[in-house]
Amino acid sequence: MLKIENLHVYFGGIHALKGINFDVPEGKIITLIGANGAGKSTTLRTICSLVKARNGKIKLKDEEITNIAPELIVKRGVALIPEGRKIFPNLTVRENLEIGAFIRSDREGITKDREWVCELFPRLKERLWQKGGTLSGGEQQMLAVARGLMSRPKLLMLDEPSLGLAPLLVKEIFEIIQRIHEEGITVLLVEQNAFAALKIADYAYVLETGRVVLQGTGQELLGNDQVKKAYLGE
Amino acid sequence: MSLNLILQNLANGLSLGSLYALISIGYTMVYGILRLINFAHGEIFMLAPYFLYYGVLIFHLPWWASFLVAILLTAVTGIVSERVAYRPLREAPRISVLISAIGVSYFLQNLAIVVFSGIPKSFHRPNFFKTIFQFGEIRIQSTLIASVIVSTIFLIILIYIIYKTKTGLAMRSISVDIETSRLMGVNVNRTISFTFAIGSALAAVGGILWGLRFPQIYPLMGMMPGLKAFIAAVVGGIGNVPGAMLGGFLLGMVEILYVAFLPALSGYRDAFVFSILILILLFRPEGILGKKVQEKV
Ligand SMILES: Nc1ncnc2c1ncn2[C@@H]1O[C@H](COP(=O)(O)OP(=O)(O)O)[C@@H](O)[C@H]1O
Ligand SMILES: [Mg+2]
Repeated sequence: MLKIENLHVYFGGIHALKGINFDVPEGKIITLIGANGAGKSTTLRTICSLVKARNGKIKLKDEEITNIAPELIVKRGVALIPEGRKIFPNLTVRENLEIGAFIRSDREGITKDREWVCELFPRLKERLWQKGGTLSGGEQQMLAVARGLMSRPKLLMLDEPSLGLAPLLVKEIFEIIQRIHEEGITVLLVEQNAFAALKIADYAYVLETGRVVLQGTGQELLGNDQVKKAYLGE
Repeated sequence: MSLNLILQNLANGLSLGSLYALISIGYTMVYGILRLINFAHGEIFMLAPYFLYYGVLIFHLPWWASFLVAILLTAVTGIVSERVAYRPLREAPRISVLISAIGVSYFLQNLAIVVFSGIPKSFHRPNFFKTIFQFGEIRIQSTLIASVIVSTIFLIILIYIIYKTKTGLAMRSISVDIETSRLMGVNVNRTISFTFAIGSALAAVGGILWGLRFPQIYPLMGMMPGLKAFIAAVVGGIGNVPGAMLGGFLLGMVEILYVAFLPALSGYRDAFVFSILILILLFRPEGILGKKVQEKV
């Protein structure tokens, strides 16, 4: 579904991505893991065109989407749930969901999907009329995921959805990701919580200072000594 | 002071305030989205009565048609000013955009002097707007009533657009986070153009009503109403649309009542209004309805 070829990104003089290659096949959960500053967020942001690629190609279903306008990416069925949630604090929960569906005009479909995400996240349902800014951290993360789903993406990219959440909520978020995946949505998951991510991933890539240094199935990497030492704290 | 006189002044204050309210929307909406004080907004306001004047005089349009054409042309001027002078500076430091806005302001003033000449023109008023209504002892010019009615209608339409339409949703979302709004598929440039169009159209309505009330138009006529509407926006809480409306009505009322109660000091009415700005900035910089601003990073 998504193919990244030799992707290079610079911030001024900083060479943040140094020729990254990876694949996200349709219907799979793929994860990118790596330490802070490895370039995970930059990778997702470049796919969404929020950051411009200097070199390399991003292909979605064999069509090149490198550096097109960010607002066109979501129209092609790719949604990013950004690091730090980035929900709109001044909009109500309902309006946050509505803006998630901004590219759509099928009123009925939107209403149906709102019911669907409310079913996935019952806590949002009770808070539809509350301002996004008044939600707790966990609820904001759920809202961010729900908002992303409202565009009906084919590929959902999540940037550290478990960051800063209590262990119970982390578990819940990972369960939700699996449920979303079972609905037929392809998932590209970025995590520092390598253990949880590898457990649900079909295939994983390890990023280190702008390069892919290791790859394999989730199971393989969970058993890999290097990964164990660097990311699983064993 | 008799009750009638008080009512008379309240009516005057309300109608002046409705004009400030119309103009201050443009300041507050543009600030809300771009964190820019659009110094050229007073000039946008000034252009509208000129467009109307020439629409009637040269093109012999019926006045209601030139009213619409003038609003449309003013909105287009607002859109173009953003395209030409602000958009290329979107990533530049804020001070550059501010300077650019001052440039647009002087440019439009001087362009108006060259094209329309600096000599004040007397503004054609349809007869209806010369009528004076008598309510008991109170005499009210029809323009005053028209200002209040017309601006209330436009302000209601505006509230509807901002809080009930998709474009309004996009405006509110880009006012807090442009990048995430783009992730949602919001076309930021188009939304900003729309914001300038609305702000300028409302200023145009205000400018035309202003011309009907004070039927002399000249290229510098936008400066003082522009400044005061800006103060109204700050008083209400800049970036906050209901705040700008409230600030506009309050300021108009305060200004008229000041003149009414202290006629001997009426020459200081502008100084009085500016001291309100200073006091607000000192003691409640976020304005009446504004929230404490968090610097965007
Ligand atoms: N906007 C930016 N400007 C300058 N440098 C940046 C910017 N965003 C990221 N970087 C740099 O790029 C590298 C990768 O960052 P990031 O993709 O955020 O890492 P991760 O998400 O893996 O923690 C880091 O060295 C970071 O400092
Ligand atoms: Mg990151």
